[in-house]
Amino acid sequence: MLEIEIDGKKLTAPQGSTVMEAAHSIGTYIPHFCYHKKLSIAANCRMCLVEVEKAPKPLPACATPVTDGMKIHTHSDLAKKAQAGVMEFLLINHPLDCPICDQGGECQLQDIAVGYGNGASRYQEEKRAVPGKDMGPLVSAEEMSRCIHCTRCVRFTEEIGGFQEIGMAHRGEFSEILPFLGKTVNSEISGNVIDLCPVGALTSKPYRYSTRAWELSRRKSVSPHDGLGANLIVQVKHNEVMRVLPLENEEINECWLADRDRFSYQGLNSDARLKTPKIKFDGRWHDTDWETALAYVVKGLNGVSADHGKDAIGFLTSPHSTTEELYLAQKLARAFGINNIDYRSARSDFRADAAKQGAEWLGSSIVELAAAKSVLVIGSSLRSEQPLLASRIRQASKKGMALNIIHVADDELLMNVHAKLIASPLALVNAVAQVLKAVVAIKGGDSTLDLAQVDVSAQAQAIADSLCAGETARIVLGAVAQHHPAYSELLALTQEIARISGAGFGVLSEAANSVGAELVGAWAQGGMSAGEMIASPRKAYVLLNTEPEFDGYNSAASVAAMKQAATVIALTAYQSEGLLDYADVLLPIAPFSETAGSFINMEGRLQAFNGVTKPQGEARPAWKVLRVLGNMLSLDGFGFNSAEEVRSELLAKGDIAQRLNNSLSSIAANTAAKAGVVRVGEVPVYSTDAICRHAPALQATALAAAPVARIAADVFAAAGLAEGELALVKQGGATLRVPAHLDASLPAGVVRLAVARAETAMLGGMFDTIEIERG
Amino acid sequence: MLSAESLASIDREVAKYPADQKRSAVMAALRIALTERREQGQTPEARCLTPEVIEYVANYLEIAPVAAYEVATFYNMYDMKPVGKYKITVCTNLPCALSGGVSAAKYLSEKLGIAIGETTADGKYTLLEGECMGACGDAPVLLVNNHKMCSHMSPAAIDQKLAELE
Ligand code: SF4
Ligand code: FES
Ligand code: FES
Repeated sequence: MLEIEIDGKKLTAPQGSTVMEAAHSIGTYIPHFCYHKKLSIAANCRMCLVEVEKAPKPLPACATPVTDGMKIHTHSDLAKKAQAGVMEFLLINHPLDCPICDQGGECQLQDIAVGYGNGASRYQEEKRAVPGKDMGPLVSAEEMSRCIHCTRCVRFTEEIGGFQEIGMAHRGEFSEILPFLGKTVNSEISGNVIDLCPVGALTSKPYRYSTRAWELSRRKSVSPHDGLGANLIVQVKHNEVMRVLPLENEEINECWLADRDRFSYQGLNSDARLKTPKIKFDGRWHDTDWETALAYVVKGLNGVSADHGKDAIGFLTSPHSTTEELYLAQKLARAFGINNIDYRSARSDFRADAAKQGAEWLGSSIVELAAAKSVLVIGSSLRSEQPLLASRIRQASKKGMALNIIHVADDELLMNVHAKLIASPLALVNAVAQVLKAVVAIKGGDSTLDLAQVDVSAQAQAIADSLCAGETARIVLGAVAQHHPAYSELLALTQEIARISGAGFGVLSEAANSVGAELVGAWAQGGMSAGEMIASPRKAYVLLNTEPEFDGYNSAASVAAMKQAATVIALTAYQSEGLLDYADVLLPIAPFSETAGSFINMEGRLQAFNGVTKPQGEARPAWKVLRVLGNMLSLDGFGFNSAEEVRSELLAKGDIAQRLNNSLSSIAANTAAKAGVVRVGEVPVYSTDAICRHAPALQATALAAAPVARIAADVFAAAGLAEGELALVKQGGATLRVPAHLDASLPAGVVRLAVARAETAMLGGMFDTIEIERG
Repeated sequence: MLSAESLASIDREVAKYPADQKRSAVMAALRIALTERREQGQTPEARCLTPEVIEYVANYLEIAPVAAYEVATFYNMYDMKPVGKYKITVCTNLPCALSGGVSAAKYLSEKLGIAIGETTADGKYTLLEGECMGACGDAPVLLVNNHKMCSHMSPAAIDQKLAELE
């Protein structure tokens, strides 16, 4: 530790830290633009000049390491004069268009100019003008004359995003910030450059010119999308969500947001929101009031249970719903005598249910995962499933984490990968078994699983070596693994690898409240799983926040099951085409932003939030709807007055941490690899839930482009396809014509074609066999 | 997009740096790409660096295209605009200007019938002004195609040089 003095205050600072960091540690503010604690030091704005005793001239605080005995003055005449001088230079070319600038009122340049600049500029000459750039549908770069060339945006894309999508071209007075010619900025976390830009050069395209920053009220919330549980500041005006910003939480989202978290709010204000209860009779939809609609639901449920028994009813819920909603949904179902309830519509393998000993979760905190020396990620398209966690892992992989991958496609992760094993879904179990066999060979001991037929590949050996060498190793299973028809076997093998190698293991919870859904028991437990409810169709379905054509493992089968049912009761925030087609009652419920509730993130952290706006139209929080339904069905224990009361009842069942457990009490796996042509059907990054599916700016991005068939070389050649031509895809009796693209990143026998899209909704299961021919 | 020889020269440059530091060779790689285009190109448009060439070089070095574009636009010697077969850059900085640099530029401009910054209609010559080339003692000085330095360029020497370039 070094002893230094800042503005007369004595303090100690660690060797290697900068004057800026030392100043921050004691709450002393030094004006700055290019410095950002999460980015590399560029020291190119010079705003942070301070006086250091014995130094001949002012030094930039962000790039000056502290030395023992250093005496720093941030407000001396020399420092102030230097800061005012830099400010004058920065403003030479900066337009004086604050009144029409979207950043006005929350602009660092504005604030620092007031605090540290002079009243007027001596510059009388012409200012330069820089043409606007097209960075895509999320980030506006219309007014690049405002740029002060701090290069934060450039460094963000390169260092945090993993690929430099923005650069500074030309030199000196001609410098311009731009994406490569003809390209847009396509990162899944691109919106952060809006927060980073200290001026109004990069602004939010969906938000710009809609309000002024000071007109907004700021409310805390939690992202409803992936399992990370990013903390949000939701900004509201006139009961409408106007934009979403990150709420810094170093242990979860740091100071970032994924674009999905940031821009999905547009879906909350979508025209497709359901605003009144609706009932279908005489083949037509009729708006109605809550009383009539709920009476209709009660009649429907009682009718089906009287005619066909309680078992003829199935509840499909969503892991994007709040803990309170999921708790009440399962409480209502079970109190009514229905045990067919599941949140896992996207899964296909439920064989491990009987051996479950607790709620599935990450198996550690997010911070612990990122700190592990060796990590194996099985079956995850990390960047689209978990954009921010992926960025955290990217940083860790730079700092020495050995990142190992077993996956069904050789995705560009933009991070350092130590070893990877790419296998078709039909060989995925075998791939994981190879690692287990290699681990057994290294560590000794015995696996209870039969590995005799497994041949260990060099990549599997490298992965096993890495897991066994790392002093802390963790294994996580992604959404592809969780949706996979052999998930129970993947989980069993992972458990064995972990047991023998000493690694920890868990799952990358795909949704904001997967862990919550697990904990409250919103999964089969004594009844049918989501898969069984579709495979043996029920007479009636209750859908909570679920659109089976998008959320189901097999969309064709899910829709068929809905269509054959005598009644489908949907609690939904949107009137989607599918629901209008097959449902009989639509009850408008509030999305996360309009209700109190909580999500439990992948690390088992319960984060409660309040509604940030009032529900739109007649929509009501789902917990209230379920409470009233419980009462109308004369069930006991539905006397709740608030979401908090629901929460305390569900939390009274035991400490969350005690109930998290990934281990199965018995395991089995068939490790033989199979051959054949199989689909890799993943949920695209902006199709994960109804809110982002209704967010127009996200849907306009390159990541949400219309699905195409990406095809492995062997399948492509066997079908005699040509690049870009239409291929005829057949699955489960349905056919579809889509453009075919040869994809070298796919293992043999694989056709990658997204699910959760209207274009592919007629097709079957995510990882089922598929046929492809010239079309 | 680039010839086997050019790629081999780029490989030699890449080999000078650690394996994970390929981007260090970006300046050399762009120079090699530009030289090939100048020698092979039949029109002014085909003699300069285009976004496609820059992207190709970037992909070859496994860096982001915009990172190579930053370098290509930073340095004057990378021709980003159509350029004649012979690019003549005359130094007009102060020391040269005091010893005939400006008149050399004027003489060339009159002789070629183009203003500074222009290319002759036949696509043969481009005339540019340059900054100090570190050879002030030999003024007037000019550069032909970035690589060939010519000193003491009196009108007679210029005539002779142009004749050589015919
Ligand atoms: S656009 Fe904004 S963030 Fe990027 S360099 Fe300019 S001022 Fe900095
Ligand atoms: S903040 Fe230090 S130079 Fe920009
Ligand atoms: S000024 Fe012309 S070479 Fe130096």
